[in-house]
Amino acid sequence: MTELAETPSAPMPSLATRFEIVPIVLFAAFVAAPLFAMVSGAEGYVLSLLTRVMVFGIAAMALDLILGYGALVSFGHAAFLGLGGYAVGILASHGIEDLLVQIPVALAASAIFALITGAISLRTKGVYFIMITLAFGQMLYFLATSLAAYGGDDGMTLASRSLVAGSSILENDFTFYWVCLLCLLGAYAFSRSVVASRFGRVLRGTKENAIRMEAIGFQPFRYQLAAYVLSGMMAGLAGCLLANQAEFVSPAYMTWQRSGELIFMVVLGGLGSLHGAIIGAAAFLLLEEFLPEILHGLSFFLGEETRAHLAENWKMVFGPLLILIVLFVRGGIMGLLRRPHHG
Amino acid sequence: MAEPLLELRNLRKAYGALIVTDDVSLSVQPGELHAIIGPNGAGKTTLIHQISGTLSSDSGSILFGGEDFTHLSMPQRVRRGLARSFQITSILPGFSALANVALAVQARSGSSFRFFGNASLEKALNAPAMDCLAEVGLAARAHIPAGLLSHGEKRQLELAIGLATEPKLLLLDEPLAGTGHDESQRVVETLRRLKSRLTIVLIEHDMDAVFSLADRVSVLVYGRVIATDTPERIRANPEVRAAYLGEEEMV
Repeated sequence: MTELAETPSAPMPSLATRFEIVPIVLFAAFVAAPLFAMVSGAEGYVLSLLTRVMVFGIAAMALDLILGYGALVSFGHAAFLGLGGYAVGILASHGIEDLLVQIPVALAASAIFALITGAISLRTKGVYFIMITLAFGQMLYFLATSLAAYGGDDGMTLASRSLVAGSSILENDFTFYWVCLLCLLGAYAFSRSVVASRFGRVLRGTKENAIRMEAIGFQPFRYQLAAYVLSGMMAGLAGCLLANQAEFVSPAYMTWQRSGELIFMVVLGGLGSLHGAIIGAAAFLLLEEFLPEILHGLSFFLGEETRAHLAENWKMVFGPLLILIVLFVRGGIMGLLRRPHHG
Repeated sequence: MAEPLLELRNLRKAYGALIVTDDVSLSVQPGELHAIIGPNGAGKTTLIHQISGTLSSDSGSILFGGEDFTHLSMPQRVRRGLARSFQITSILPGFSALANVALAVQARSGSSFRFFGNASLEKALNAPAMDCLAEVGLAARAHIPAGLLSHGEKRQLELAIGLATEPKLLLLDEPLAGTGHDESQRVVETLRRLKSRLTIVLIEHDMDAVFSLADRVSVLVYGRVIATDTPERIRANPEVRAAYLGEEEMV
């Protein structure tokens, strides 16, 4: 029997390797993008847009870790973006501007918040879990609006980007871009490892059948909580980067709409593939950015005034478009990429 | 008689006015295959739920190997050697048959708080899992997603998962439910092989299987144990015959 055991899950590797092309192309595109930015003539704009894409990619991937692999629909994940952002903002306002201090503080704060709220939320299931994570997210949002010393409703502007070991290398947009890409790559590699590991297998098993997992001796709660903490910390890291990208922190980071957008990115990209979440974030942010121009271009047959109106009210197209994609492309964009292989 | 492996003392469970388990006392000797039979609605599955820890009991106690299990959770009971199968097939449909069993091996071997290393490639988990699959005759189907197995194969897979937890006692809730003739023969053969190594508590409606496998039989009617005896004497018991009259034919 042992020789059979040595060829584990035979059909899996061929399938897996066939899809590996997607993350390779994705990361290659991120590596090549700065070159494109240099020739485009709008270097600052392209870089800042793509940096945002990567940062939200990290946050969406963090959510995918528990949503796609654990079926835990957290509707309060923007809270972690806020925690990361405010860790940078508050520390900077007290003169602690080094990222090497700010990131550990942000991660610790996210972990503690996730541990406490997760321990409570995970005692509920389904819709109740969604509502209670939403409630915790809102709690933090209102806390931030009441922090008068740190800008309250208006938020606060950072004097500059964070330092790294005392040097201000992040002021350079290119350097900051590479740092974000490195974080994205690191988070992706770590998440991939977690999903395939013993821990990830328990999480995936719990998603499929929690009773069965208990019947073989696992206590699902402990694993779900650990996954929730990991996911929160990853989203917290994204918050640190987001604050540095915008050089501004405000309660708007953690509105429930932002949490909803994160869920949308994950579903749009395709649940449970990690790089799908990055693609979803990219598709969401790029559509949001370029849809007005696209609409203006596509409606060339209409009168100039109508075209202007259409471009102005692009959200009227954006919403239905997202809904159509989710409705008719099962498995999101990743599902679309996979489809041709099945034939 | 040796000290019983599993002992139920005055176990009770009621849903409002409906008493489902009524003062059940039962002892299962090490090494025996103890069948629990009874008409539909007698409370057999509820009793299994109480023993395995899926349901709590209103009063009474459960002793396993001399230890009080009454207030332990299901995962705690499993780790102490009390495994169960389900009447309605409960597997991980998206995992391969091998991964289903390997997870059960993983549950008892080392920490599962490991975030690195591919679990599906761990030989220390796959080899014992493969042995369990071979034991129930599913080795050739190891890499098929469990959801695509036939109903009978799923029943066998559940048995393999139960075995992989290395139980001292296996609680089987109608392992033959919904299987065809050939499949049920295969499961009966597997159980015959296992009963020399394991203590088994079997709930089953298939009387042929029960009377050919069981060392002792308990009859549950309306939540009460009305008789516990050898299969021959149970068959001759007038009270048991009365309880089954019109329900289904005894062999």
